[in-house]
Order: sequence, then C-alpha cells, then structure tokens
Amino acid sequence: MIITKQKSLDEILGMMEGKKSVFIVGCGECATTCRTGGEKEAAEMSAKLIEKGKTVTGSVIITAPCLELDTRRVLRQNKDAIEKTEAILVLACGAGTQSVAEAAICNVYPGCDSLFLGNVFRHQHFYEKCSTCGECVIGYYGGICPVTRCSKSLLNGPCGGSMQGKCEVDNKKECAWIMIYERMKKTNSLDNLTKVFPAKNHSAGTSPGMVINAGIRG
Amino acid sequence: MNLFKEAFDKKDFVVTAEIPPPKGSNVIPSLEIAKKVLGKVDGVNVTDNQRGIMRMCPLAFSHLLKEMGHNPIMQVCTRDRNRLALQSDMLGASALGIENICIMTGDHPKLGNHPDAKPVFDLDSVQLTKAIKELKKGVNMAGKKLDGAPEFFIGGVINPFFEPVELELIKLRKKIAAGAEFFQTQPFFERESLDKFIEQVKGIDTKFLIGISPLKSVKMIDFMNEKVLNKKIPDAIKKRIEASENQTEEGIKIAAEFIRAIRGLVKGIHIMPIGIESYLPHMLEEAGL
Ligand code: SF4
Ligand code: SF4
Repeated sequence: MIITKQKSLDEILGMMEGKKSVFIVGCGECATTCRTGGEKEAAEMSAKLIEKGKTVTGSVIITAPCLELDTRRVLRQNKDAIEKTEAILVLACGAGTQSVAEAAICNVYPGCDSLFLGNVFRHQHFYEKCSTCGECVIGYYGGICPVTRCSKSLLNGPCGGSMQGKCEVDNKKECAWIMIYERMKKTNSLDNLTKVFPAKNHSAGTSPGMVINAGIRG
Repeated sequence: MNLFKEAFDKKDFVVTAEIPPPKGSNVIPSLEIAKKVLGKVDGVNVTDNQRGIMRMCPLAFSHLLKEMGHNPIMQVCTRDRNRLALQSDMLGASALGIENICIMTGDHPKLGNHPDAKPVFDLDSVQLTKAIKELKKGVNMAGKKLDGAPEFFIGGVINPFFEPVELELIKLRKKIAAGAEFFQTQPFFERESLDKFIEQVKGIDTKFLIGISPLKSVKMIDFMNEKVLNKKIPDAIKKRIEASENQTEEGIKIAAEFIRAIRGLVKGIHIMPIGIESYLPHMLEEAGL
C-alpha cells in the first residue's frame, strides 16, 4: 500500500490561502490504514479548518480514490456541495489526489505527503521494500531488494560505511547488504554474490509508467 | 609512462597523500601545500566532494597538480553523476593527462552539506571500475567504439574493519575482477589490526596502500570513533594525545612513528591528513620520507 503522512496545518493553510470554502475527500484504503485520511482524520481536519475560519462544505471518504471512475462517480454524487466550494482538500496519496483533481473543476490540494510503497509489519509499522524499479532483480539477492533497501541501491556489495549492522545513512535502518549476506550464507548461496552484476537498466522504470492490457477482459 | 604506476615496481615503499580541492575558487593555498611535497610523494589523491561536502571538482584540481609535476590520483565517486557523465569525465581526464583513478561509492548526500541533493548512484563502484576497464579497451558502456582509448591505472578502496569481513573481501575480489589494480585502505592506527589484515588478504594478487591518518585532537578521535570507524582508535593513543602539550604535534608524531614501524612490512601508504593538510610536509619529514 501507499504510505502517507499528513501535511502540517500551516502548510495546508498556506497552499489554500485565499480560499474560504473547502470540501474534504478521504481514502478508505491506504490513508485509512495510515491514519492520515480515514473518517476520523477527515472529521479532525474539518474541525481544524473551521477553527481557522474556513467553511467546510462537506466531506466524503472514497473507497479507493486511485480508482478514477469510482472517484468521478462519488464526486458527481456530491455535486451540490462541491459546486459551492472553492477548494478540495484530499487526504490520500498523490495518486488519489490527482484522480480527484482530474475529476473536479475547482482547485484541488494534497493534504498528505506520499512517502513510499510500503509493507505493513504490524500496527502502524510501515517499511519500504520495493520501489517498483521496473525490472525485479531480487532473485539474485536471496529475495532481499538492494535497489530499495540499500540507501545507495548498490548491486555488487556494501558501501563499507555501515556500523554495527546499521546503514550509514540512518542508524535506525538495517544495512541491506548485511541482510543479503546473512541470508545467502544461510542458504549456502554466497557464491552467487561473487559475480559482477551489470549496471541496472533504468529505462525499464521510466516515469510515467503506463500499462494497457488490451487483450484482457472483465 | 605513468610514474605512479611505475613506483610500485621501482620503489620499495610507495607514498601517496590526500589533498582535497579548495572549497572555493581560490586554488593557491592547496597548491602551496602540493608544492611543498613535490618529489616527496609518488602520488596525490584528489578527493571527489568527500563526505558529500561540496568542493572544486577533482578533474580541474588534478589537472593543476599534473601541471605542477605531481602524479594526481583522481578520485571518482558514483554519488553525483550518472554513467554518461562519469564516462565523459574519464575521457576529459585522459585529455588533461590524468592517468590514475581511484573509484569509490561515495558517502550519501544526506550526510554532507547538501542533504537535499538527489543521490545518483546510477552505477556502483564495481560497475564503474568495469566501465573504465572497457573504456581502456576502446568501448563505452553502450558498446560503441571510441575514437581513441584512454589509459588509466585504476584503483579502489577497501574498509578492512568492515564486519562481516568476508563480505568486504567478496567485493574486493569483484573490484579486482572488474579491473582495479591497486587499493587504498581506511586508516590503521595499530599493528595488531594491520597484521590481521595482511593475513586476510594473503594470496589476493593486488597492491595495497595502507591508510594513515594523523589524529589532530582528542575531539577528532571521539568523532572518528563515533561516526567513522568500525574499529575504535586504541585508548593508549587517545591518552597520549590527551596528555600532550600540543595535540596536533603529538598526533603527527604518533602517525610518523607508525609509518616508520610498518615500512618494510607493506608496499606503501596512503596519508589522509583530514583537516591538517598544511602539516603534510612536516609529517613526511618526521616519518623520514
Ligand atoms: S528489484 Fe525492483 S521490482 Fe524488485 S523489489 Fe526491488 S525495486 Fe521492487
Ligand atoms: S550502509 Fe549498507 S544499506 Fe546503507 S548505503 Fe551502505 S551498503 Fe547500502
């Protein structure tokens, strides 16, 4: 899922400067799990904006705002409130915010920062393990992704900067290369690490991504 | 004729020292230090925005050192440039007479003075080494033939204190397979670790220059112990520096003694006088070099 964090109220107010009325859109999936854009957070945001002198014209939680046609349908159902509003604040990831922006004609603002594609370990513990690089290589690394989990995306071994098993960039994070080593040692496959891995094909992950599977129906 | 490369065959003790490029456009102070050690060192390492701190590009500064009569060893890290820029810089370096390259990954920008910068790391150090080896053969990374192939003596770095050491040695062997011909190590401060390292790399066919760093103060020791080194600087050294009247002088003396002690044991050394480059001539003299 997409991990988000709510922007500060100051930043939100700064973006929406001059806009008096706001409609709030939340997300029933990822942003609900992250506690950044569910029912509760939308209600809290509404209260804070009212306290700052804004008129909140309404709010809705869309099951998954990244589903564009569903988003359009829900916004149409809330047409009356939205027509009266100068701004829509979206408490969801950047993808959800953009589908709202494309479906609505007024100014749409992100209420969250999108951080990463994350795994949920346990309650409110999110970890980035894949950055959708376009060409998965983890088969060569014991199933651990060096592209994402090594801060320098090194494919041929550690940078040498880790201390006590932690990454040089942030000592709260494990050094991916030590994890890969330990794992491959356990499975007797250290030999696989001795070959020189070629430079990554970055063209496979060129943005913006687009996939249209023409042959697949329903 | 590459004089630095030749030094490995002709001399029993190869000495290189690090002089970082200036933090502005004024090259005079750095060049003055370089002038004082001319003829005393076999090569001068020119760092590449080391620790992510922005300085003059090593390409330009290496060229100035070359003009002065030095054998610059241009460091290249993979943090800031993609494969196009890196290969292109290599061709530029060759045109300016730079013959020695030392490749490393480089510290993450987040640790430097431009923490907001985009980290590039398009290639890693092994891949860049391989790419330069191919340039030497006249082919670029796209497989296209070059109009004129550069000549380089390629080096790399190794952290002998990395744990697990087996993983570091796997990478060392990969760098050699990819084309690295010499290595500079992280600094050693005592014999025991050095003996252990010599044992570990026994049978690996390459050239090592042992890192030496004079410790300029107790404050620096604390910083290095906490942030930089996997293996702590021995307490005895800290105490000796602490008890001395002039901490920098004492640090230099300790480093010079260490150099004298390991001469004959290793092929050469690489001096990293972090922050006290101006003491370099004095330190070489103390070490009898
Ligand atoms: S290699 Fe690429 S696709 Fe595979 S896990 Fe890593 S980032 Fe994701
Ligand atoms: S410390 Fe480990 S995870 Fe961090 S950048 Fe270096 S090799 Fe990658």
